[in-house]
Amino acid sequence: MLRVENVSGGYDRKIIVKNVSFEVEKGEMLGILGPNGSGKSTLLKVISGILHMETGNVFIEGKPVKSYSSKELAKKMAVLPQLHSHAFSHSVRDTIALGRYPHQSGLFSSWSNEDEAAVVEAMKLTAMERYEHQMLDLLSGGEQQRVFVAQALAQQAPLLLLDEPTNHLDIAHQKQLLDTIKTQAIEKGITIISVFHDINLASLYCDRLLLMEQGEVKVIGAPHEVVKKDQIERVYKARISTNPHPERPKPQITILPDVNEKRNEMLITAANFQVSADLVIFQAETQLKTWSSAVINAGSGWYKNFVNRRVDASYACDNVQEEMLVYLAHRGFSETDTVGMMTAVKTTDAVIKEYDTPFGSIVIMVTAGVGNAVDVSRAYEVEMLPAIGTINTWIIVNGELSDEAFIQSVITATEAKTKALAFEQVKDPRTGTIATGTSTDSVLIAATQKGTHIPYAGPITEIGKKIGFGVYECTVEAIQVYKKAKGWEL
Amino acid sequence: MNKTLIGYILSIIALFVAIWLGVSVGSVKVPISTLWDTGADAIATNIVWKIRMPRVVLAGLVGASLAIAGAAFQGLLKNPLADPYTLGVSSGASVGAVATLFFGISVPFLGIYTLPVFSMIGALVTMLLVISFAKLVDRSMKMETIILTGIIFSSFLGSVISLMIALTGEELRQIIGWLLGSVSMRGWSFVQMALPFIIIGTLLLWLNRRELNAMLFGEERAMHLGVNVKKRKMMILIGGSMLTGTAVAVSGTIGFVGLVVPHMTRLLFGSDNRHVLPLSFINGAALLIVCDLVSRTIISPTELPIGVITAFIGAPVFAFIFFRQRKKGGI
Repeated sequence: MLRVENVSGGYDRKIIVKNVSFEVEKGEMLGILGPNGSGKSTLLKVISGILHMETGNVFIEGKPVKSYSSKELAKKMAVLPQLHSHAFSHSVRDTIALGRYPHQSGLFSSWSNEDEAAVVEAMKLTAMERYEHQMLDLLSGGEQQRVFVAQALAQQAPLLLLDEPTNHLDIAHQKQLLDTIKTQAIEKGITIISVFHDINLASLYCDRLLLMEQGEVKVIGAPHEVVKKDQIERVYKARISTNPHPERPKPQITILPDVNEKRNEMLITAANFQVSADLVIFQAETQLKTWSSAVINAGSGWYKNFVNRRVDASYACDNVQEEMLVYLAHRGFSETDTVGMMTAVKTTDAVIKEYDTPFGSIVIMVTAGVGNAVDVSRAYEVEMLPAIGTINTWIIVNGELSDEAFIQSVITATEAKTKALAFEQVKDPRTGTIATGTSTDSVLIAATQKGTHIPYAGPITEIGKKIGFGVYECTVEAIQVYKKAKGWEL
Repeated sequence: MNKTLIGYILSIIALFVAIWLGVSVGSVKVPISTLWDTGADAIATNIVWKIRMPRVVLAGLVGASLAIAGAAFQGLLKNPLADPYTLGVSSGASVGAVATLFFGISVPFLGIYTLPVFSMIGALVTMLLVISFAKLVDRSMKMETIILTGIIFSSFLGSVISLMIALTGEELRQIIGWLLGSVSMRGWSFVQMALPFIIIGTLLLWLNRRELNAMLFGEERAMHLGVNVKKRKMMILIGGSMLTGTAVAVSGTIGFVGLVVPHMTRLLFGSDNRHVLPLSFINGAALLIVCDLVSRTIISPTELPIGVITAFIGAPVFAFIFFRQRKKGGI
């Protein structure tokens, strides 16, 4: 569709874009990224013919761009610039109708049915129908932007160039606009080239990205090849971290600030725990990075309050999460700051121990009810179980865990728990074999993310050793307490 | 019935009323029917056909030319204050015309068209100079920049004219009479002299009505919409200069018509240039016919220069537009 060959160009005396080459296929969406002053907009202007092309060639559908007349070019290529100016008041419809200019010819350039259909469709796509007869200068910035998008769409060109189309738009309008444009690319095979400031939006919507640095192409490729931590940090000179998008297979970035906030350096100890008749509560001074399979706020996040609540063995509720939230709110725990778990055992039977390591201590809490124990290797034989009896394991780390370390901590803790059940000869009552856990076990790893960086937490790392031993020890003790309470023989 | 159609109907009615008043009102009242009544009084017929009618037609043509030129300049420069007078283009045309009279230039094959052609050249050269200078001062060509540049050029060209007048001998009377701006006692020969250029100039602008709409959103945007900006801009500049030059050549400098008429037209009927241009043309004709009527009747038997009347209306409108634009924070 579009081929750019060794293009250099810019303003009269200053070459800004140097030796840029790339190709875009029909129906593809290419995002142009780069820090301020890297020549993104200039490149777009050189391609669209606004700025002078010193050397190189641009081909649209195989023909050099210079061989097109103004009108022919406008039929092939629509452009949405970054800034809009307008003098005098124009109605929305008249403004959009100007997009039909290249399609009209002849002295009187009559308005054809095709022109009308294109304008109506453009208004529909941008949801501007109800503004049709309003004056452009009375609309908000976001609405005006949509009018110009509609104008470009009314042009019905197979190639669309956009310069920061989401500038000044709120997120709803950003999404709406990019959804509209992307849908055009998918449904009508329109080719789109767009300059983006926002790396995340570019990565999310574009098929390929072109990263510019000082007027040259640094890299061009699929989002996962371009949005890489080191590359982005080098080009933009800002600390970032990359993470996956929750719904789409596209990388996203997060800015890492370099501001030194006065954060409390207090260590977490077993003394931070409070145990009452119904609750084990652990409250930290500042938020801890947490990974858990809790009832409330499972997954990863930053939380301050950790609650292990005792519920009756007969506890039954249609909406456990809602009931739990109400319960927590009653006790002054905020939903956004609290991780909540449930157990059927007496909270006073919780085993809480602190273990020292060379880098800082870890604290482990276990509550264990094993009335519902399961041998995971034989679980396929079992149809359904009443969900009572749970082993809840919490591991609080004074240190900075990597993502790997969080996952390895979970593995290590699970292995230690299984070993404890074996040692205690806890059996799956249905199969008579040694159980590996219960049907509803939960685990929580929380780290202060301060102090020593801990890259791994496998069984033979310093932290792994403590987690392995600590979880084993605490779980054995908790099971013994449970057995005693139930009057089982020891 | 839509607004545009109403606009055309009202404007045409206004024009006919203006013509009717222009023909019949004066020191001698003449019924309009004299125009077609073959049995009418011979003196009345003479007054109407030899004096009133050429005057009305010329006033109409000059008004129409200045108004449509103003509308086009405003669109091209995205500047609601632009008009042949404020841009200094009228002064440029005057210099061209005065020089023609002063040096007694006569180009054989141009014949009676020598004066308007030189006037047009003066207008075009001034227009190009004003735009290049304004661009040099401020690339974004703000409203104030262009108007200030226009003032600089008008003052300079004005003194050039004064100098030529001071140096002139027997031509003095002719030049002064012409400079004041008037359509009186011109006769049909002036109409004949102006008409071809007014037709060509108006056509040039009308052909660019949609391009002017596109250019309201900036030259870059117009380019992206498929407008051959360079070529179209030149057409508009030549068309506008042609109209201004011709108007100045036949009637001297008459200010503000190009400002007031397009502004009122936009205010009443919207700013789509496809209609602003023709409506300005019609209304410009009507306005100047009425202004001419006022200028010759208000302190009769003395005649006021028509420029006095247009400035009387135009300057406050200019102030009002300027105020409104600044309030709006527009360009």
